[in-house]
Amino acid sequence: MPRVVVDVVPKPEILDPQGQAIVRALPRLGVRGVRDVRQGKHFELDVDDDVDADTLHRIAGELLANPVIEDWTVRRL
Amino acid sequence: MSTVRIGVITFPGTLDDIDAARAVRYAGAEPVSLWHADDDLRGVDAVIVPGGFSYGDYLRAGAIAAHQPVLRAVRGAASRGLPVLGICNGFQILCEAGLLPGALVRNAGLHFVCRDQRLRVETSATAWTGRYAAGAEIVVPLKSIEGRYVADSATLAMLEGDGRVVFRYLGVNPNGAVNDIAGIASADGRVVGLMPHPEHAIEVLTGPSSDGLDVFRSAVDAVLGSGGQLLGRRIPSKMW
Repeated sequence: MPRVVVDVVPKPEILDPQGQAIVRALPRLGVRGVRDVRQGKHFELDVDDDVDADTLHRIAGELLANPVIEDWTVRRL
Repeated sequence: MSTVRIGVITFPGTLDDIDAARAVRYAGAEPVSLWHADDDLRGVDAVIVPGGFSYGDYLRAGAIAAHQPVLRAVRGAASRGLPVLGICNGFQILCEAGLLPGALVRNAGLHFVCRDQRLRVETSATAWTGRYAAGAEIVVPLKSIEGRYVADSATLAMLEGDGRVVFRYLGVNPNGAVNDIAGIASADGRVVGLMPHPEHAIEVLTGPSSDGLDVFRSAVDAVLGSGGQLLGRRIPSKMW
């Protein structure tokens, strides 16, 4: 059964306070050099062979992501 | 005069349906319980989508509720002019359902905010604010972590230009909402969403004020046809 990955991240113009909190926490790990973090969501879908690309983009754009605030990518593994 | 019937929707995880129903009673109307799986609205005259954590805020606040059968019915009825009010999670649901533009995202400060919030009522030209004078200042509770209203610049310009910003935060902006926006309306002024909770401010025994009660009285007026002019229904200027 094919596996499909959908990744969802906040649009660049949307303030991501959770990502910023992660950036601020990194120096406490002794890590330097990370300028920005955007926190998103990762979905793994097991789908039947006949689920086409249009349907996958519908799933992503109408439910998994909110197009007002988020961008998404769909990948077949 | 028949009693105005106002539906109050309950989803799994809804918290404020009881207070919303109580506010409806205080406004002189009859609350009608609606269930998330209902696909009709039992002939109600208006609908409230109350606050809480529908479906545990899974995926995004309001995202799952927006696709339930009762919301399909609300969407159809709203297109025919049914007054709809979304409070807090209900506002998030109406945005996710496409009944109101924009979205609600995590508070800029990342903290859950729970406070008595000053607001300015920007317009009386909606089904839910006819009882207020434009510019009136009210105090009602705010309690949310996904309360920061965002929209793209074209949508914001449209909302501001068309007088569709209904409530604005006063004093402090508690969550980083653009233009201090606490609540907005649909183009026809029938659908309103706001993050603060007018249903928790209907009498001073249990709330910080009774300032919120007129939201529900306004809907009764709108149903009975005694409210004022609504957005998008302004009387056109006379042709000479």
